[in-house]
Amino acid sequence: MLCDVCKCNDATVFLTQILEGKMQKVNLCDACSKEKGVQDPTGFALADLLLGIGAAEEIEKGAPTQKCVICGFTQADFKKSGRLGCSACYVTFAEGLGSLLKAMHKGTEHVGKLPQRAHREIELSDRMRSLTENLQKAVADENYETAASLRDQIKQLEMELAS
Amino acid sequence: MKFSNIMASGGEWLRGEGPHHQIVVSSRVRLARNLRQHPFPGWAKRAARSQILELIKPRVEELPEMQDSFSELLQDLSALEKQVLVERHLISREHAAKSVGSAVVMNRRQTLSIMVNEEDHLRMQSIRSGLQLKGAFKLVDKVDSTLEGKLDFAYDPKLGYLTACPTNVGTGMRASAMLHLPGLVLSEMINQVIQAVNKIGLAVRGLYGEGTEAMGNLFQISNQTTLGEKEDEIIGRLSKVIETIIEKEHDARQVLMQKKSNTLWDQIGRAYGVLTFAHAMTSKEALNLLSIIKLGVDLGAFPEDRRLPIDELFIDTQPAHLQKSSQQKLNAEERDELRAQIIRDRLRVFPKPDISKVARESENNVTSEPPKNE
Repeated sequence: MLCDVCKCNDATVFLTQILEGKMQKVNLCDACSKEKGVQDPTGFALADLLLGIGAAEEIEKGAPTQKCVICGFTQADFKKSGRLGCSACYVTFAEGLGSLLKAMHKGTEHVGKLPQRAHREIELSDRMRSLTENLQKAVADENYETAASLRDQIKQLEMELAS
Repeated sequence: MKFSNIMASGGEWLRGEGPHHQIVVSSRVRLARNLRQHPFPGWAKRAARSQILELIKPRVEELPEMQDSFSELLQDLSALEKQVLVERHLISREHAAKSVGSAVVMNRRQTLSIMVNEEDHLRMQSIRSGLQLKGAFKLVDKVDSTLEGKLDFAYDPKLGYLTACPTNVGTGMRASAMLHLPGLVLSEMINQVIQAVNKIGLAVRGLYGEGTEAMGNLFQISNQTTLGEKEDEIIGRLSKVIETIIEKEHDARQVLMQKKSNTLWDQIGRAYGVLTFAHAMTSKEALNLLSIIKLGVDLGAFPEDRRLPIDELFIDTQPAHLQKSSQQKLNAEERDELRAQIIRDRLRVFPKPDISKVARESENNVTSEPPKNE
């Protein structure tokens, strides 16, 4: 049986805990159990650890047949290797990955470097969002003159985004 | 550049001239990047991997930082050559296991190495001597900025750079430093330090990274998380922790010199004796004993100009380096014999450890400068 955390080594530490009336099982290899502080009962927060591993199982339970349309990667493949198939898998498996990432990392949103072109893309999509919101509002208010102008702006922005 | 050039020159970081170089052997920063619309290397079929390689490799080779570089397909390197690169930390153990569809490109100074189709399409790594995480990051960051104009990197506005393993998503950055901590090991405080470091979300590993044993009192410390923190924040946090460990190591050495000077002297003397007279030595034993000699140089028991030959032995006595330099494949027994011989030869001109010097150093350090200002 492989370790639930690294998916590389054989599990040698098997943990069971009843948490909020639910039984949770975790299988860890020697290195990961040390890393997670399992051998040091005082420093070991099982809840933190389980958050991530529970999520991994959630991915599997949620929709076991889910498949990435770009690369054909499935959840079963993720369970096996702990690696994803392509960058689009992050969208395909977004739901389960969310809590996994939350348990793994310091935050849930990237705050560091992005490619230069990303900043332009983000700016354009932000503008698109605000235009769409304004359009809906204008239609609701029956302000058709403004709505028409907004619709034209959206069309132009769509063209910019496509280029 | 040919492979023989790599063997001939030690690489800049091996010369050990960076800040805090007595304790921090090297600093490394690597960035993971992938191309949009292409499967990650572990999932890509052979043809797709080769196609990705053809997209990336020319762009890497034409980098201004890669003039006169060493660029090789993994299938064109022998198992021994790959192992030499692993021993120099220029490629990962995982990359050494790759063949068709993977490549490595590195600069002449061996400060920048780029792996194509390791776990991610691109793994760009900068390695510097001593504690220079900022400097190492600056170089890979520059290379990354050049490459992003030519290659369509996969990213998500919320998740950052997308990587094969979710543990690297976000910055895709792993910053690490290799620390030599004989003082903390000898005074049995190392486990305490490792546990404290683990608790604040940093990883401590052995000589060759994940899952490897700590040998030669060498430990790698690196960031564990990559999402939710800026690159310079991660590096700043890591550097601070490393500076604290450096202080603890100096403190431990002071205490050893004051309270257990005989044990310390005994260790250095034994290491010197075994290394000078042994006729068979495993690489683990060699690393552990060389570590004590290195400590001896730090403490003044050996002259400062003996530092480089010892640092070189750390690398030259590794299994693949041994076989590559002797130009033949050797079994374990032959390697141990050759290793002992090389060490004996190099230590022949080495002066005996000078205990009076150690005692004086210890007094000087106590009365003059606090160790952290070293």
